[in-house]
Amino acid sequence: MAESHATSYSALAHQFDTLEQQRDAATLGMWVFLVTEVMFFGGLFTSYVVYRSLHPFAFAQVSQHLDIALGTINTAVLICSSFTMATAVYGAQKGRRRMIVVFLTLTILLGLAFIGIKLYEYYQKFVEHFVPGNSFSFPAPYARQAEMFFSLYFAMTGLHALHMIVGVGLLTWLIVLTARGRFTPEYHSPVELTGLYWHFVDIVWIFLYPLLYLIGRHLE
Amino acid sequence: MQAETTIEPPRAHYLNADYGWRSWLFTTDHKRIGILYLVSITLFFFLGGLFAALVRLELATPAGDLVSSETYNKLFSMHGIIMVFFFLIPSIPAVLGNFLVPLMIGARDVAFPRLNLLSWYLFNLGGLFMLYAVLRGGVDTGWTFYPPYSSNFANTNVAAAVTAIFIAGFSSILTGLNFVVTIHSMRAPGMTWFRLPLFIWSMYATSIIQVLGTPVLAITLALVAAERLLHLGVFDPAYGGDPVLFQHLFWFYSHPAVYIMVLPSMGVVSELVATFTRKNVYGYKFVAFSSIAIAVFGFLVWGHHLFVSGQSVYAGMVFSFLSYAVAIPSAIKVFNWTATLHKASVSYQTPMLYAFGFIGLFTIGGLTGLFLAALGIDIHVTDTYFVIAHFHYIMVGGAVMGYLGGLHYWWPKISGRMYPEGWAKLSALVVFTGFNLTFFPQFLLGYMGMPRRYHAYPPEFQVLNVMSSAGATILGVGYVLPMVYLVWSMRYGPKASANPWPSTGLEWQTSSPPPTENFEVTPVVTNEPYDFPALARGRAGAQLEPEAHPA
Amino acid sequence: MTEHIVPIRVYAIIFAALLALTATTCAISFINLGRMNAVVALVIAFGKALLVALFFMHLRYSRRLMQVVVVAGLFWLGIMIALTMSDFLTRGWLTYR
Repeated sequence: MAESHATSYSALAHQFDTLEQQRDAATLGMWVFLVTEVMFFGGLFTSYVVYRSLHPFAFAQVSQHLDIALGTINTAVLICSSFTMATAVYGAQKGRRRMIVVFLTLTILLGLAFIGIKLYEYYQKFVEHFVPGNSFSFPAPYARQAEMFFSLYFAMTGLHALHMIVGVGLLTWLIVLTARGRFTPEYHSPVELTGLYWHFVDIVWIFLYPLLYLIGRHLE
Repeated sequence: MQAETTIEPPRAHYLNADYGWRSWLFTTDHKRIGILYLVSITLFFFLGGLFAALVRLELATPAGDLVSSETYNKLFSMHGIIMVFFFLIPSIPAVLGNFLVPLMIGARDVAFPRLNLLSWYLFNLGGLFMLYAVLRGGVDTGWTFYPPYSSNFANTNVAAAVTAIFIAGFSSILTGLNFVVTIHSMRAPGMTWFRLPLFIWSMYATSIIQVLGTPVLAITLALVAAERLLHLGVFDPAYGGDPVLFQHLFWFYSHPAVYIMVLPSMGVVSELVATFTRKNVYGYKFVAFSSIAIAVFGFLVWGHHLFVSGQSVYAGMVFSFLSYAVAIPSAIKVFNWTATLHKASVSYQTPMLYAFGFIGLFTIGGLTGLFLAALGIDIHVTDTYFVIAHFHYIMVGGAVMGYLGGLHYWWPKISGRMYPEGWAKLSALVVFTGFNLTFFPQFLLGYMGMPRRYHAYPPEFQVLNVMSSAGATILGVGYVLPMVYLVWSMRYGPKASANPWPSTGLEWQTSSPPPTENFEVTPVVTNEPYDFPALARGRAGAQLEPEAHPA
Repeated sequence: MTEHIVPIRVYAIIFAALLALTATTCAISFINLGRMNAVVALVIAFGKALLVALFFMHLRYSRRLMQVVVVAGLFWLGIMIALTMSDFLTRGWLTYR
């Protein structure tokens, strides 16, 4: 049996033979989970494709009511957070505790910034009466399609924001574990796997941004 | 090492390794988790069966005189939801799969044991929401939850029910994820892909479906709940929405779901046919690949549930063609099992009786599926009892038969005891008789035009309906009998040896019941699968040499 | 298989590329290319996603199995969208007299 760790905490679970097998299994598990997330968001993307194909001009018009400045800033914020996350993983691979904590913290702050901006956008939409439901109001002739567009907008960005919040929670937990000295260059799977999750959430936004914010700009 | 091994029942095994409710409720042992699931799904099976009994009771007379039509809608809806999501989908994967997958591949546990336990808790949490929905009066939307009724007009507990299914869905996803990783990452040395038992191939294919399909169901039901609670109108025509989109998304999962229900059963049948003919399954690779083919093709046919929904005729033709294609890998399995029987020495113990039942009844169910895949015929028989008979032949005549056969076959391994063969054979015959009496008349009823989901029907249909209800009673007896004698056998049944049948496969190379770590020593596999000649010569299915990996 | 450690320099380059592509897609969206607007936007989005997946998520340095898993997931999403759209796009084809 391979001797596999330098810390007193035994990282090798009993069902695995080596740390490498464990790490490979964990990585495969996270990628399979991300595929389930692809299909989960995929239902919403499918709905979007269907309705946009049915009402292309209406969707483009309605989309102009989204705040492109905030949307673009948010995209940049998430890209920065992916960079800091990748750097945190690098720190974990090198066993540099302070680096991990610093860059995880930066990632959390950027994530919170994203959520804050998103909440402000939601508030804007609420004030403008663009939230579907009894108080929805949109000028003719696209009121019906607008309610559909905004249903999709809130469903897709809402689900995305929910995933961000979970991600921020995971990152916080990682900081606690790092502070306790749980990770070494040989064992730091939780950091890597959380990184995969975080990058995935970034990728979802990379698609949401053009599909929601940019489709009508060329008609302005 | 002898084939009929004289290994004594071990002093310490997974059942007596630890006592007390905490050792069960906080276990991470895949075998104990399998038993926890066995208890949960059996409870739901009888609840779903209770609703079926009420349905058949109402249908014994032509008039809708037992319950109101609203109540009847709730009865068949609850029957469907509970049987599909809380019995059939988890049944073989969560019970037999959990127990056997690590054993069959020579591992000590699944890849993520704590996730496995979480899956069970999620299942029960979903079940609690479902019970809440039942106690609050149930749902009447049918198990298919079509909007706009489910989103805008039903005043029953739709949100609670879809929440229940959403949560149980994640239980299914995590189980599938666990098995995919386990099968990829934790096979014993020498256990190459083409030495795997066919049950593992089936479980792998099933897990792929669970992972790829269930999330779509989750988001779709979440959208229905959102439409009810938050007025997000994705399927609402008032917003320019299309209820048919719901049907596309729902059936994108729910068609592959039927393969989640039947593929594991097919895997069981492969094991049973091999053991009780003492031969390698004919065309092992074809059967293995056919499982993967079913999983893949199964995702391409969902539109055959939408033939009369307003879906484009051209899409209908594509889906019809693909539905014919998906029957081919299933047929390959049936041909190969049948070919295995040729010049075989067949023994007719209870598990084999269930296997025979499966092969015959699944064939009928599958062929009637082809009738339904033909656009013209489907116009005539859709939403009639023909469809109901078709899917019950597959789900009950197929999947449940396989489940019972597997439960009996692996019972000595699970419990360390043999079940009483006489009672078991009787039950199998009762189930087979009751099943056919219940559902064959429904083909005739459907073809003659009796619609589904109606609690009243023209008097000329009564004779067949009474036959069906009588059959249901017999079928119920057939299900209760194993409950009784299996529980009885845990205390009073004769103790089982490690390999009572005997059969090949790593699970039979360890004691009955197995130790917590499954194997005293990690097996090294050198034999091809189903190598019965080697078994007869006295060489076990694997070399149990002391290895560098003591358990 | 030993872990491949990607140098921070590579991350920084990818980061810069992602920001540049974001600015590009934003700017191009204001130019009227007709139906090509959607195509261009999606191509850029796929490009950004590919960079994140290959380098930040280490897919470039991972086992072949991970890459197969990702491709399978995208393929399945494609099936769902394509076959669903096969209904909506062809509904108008059949006209009744």
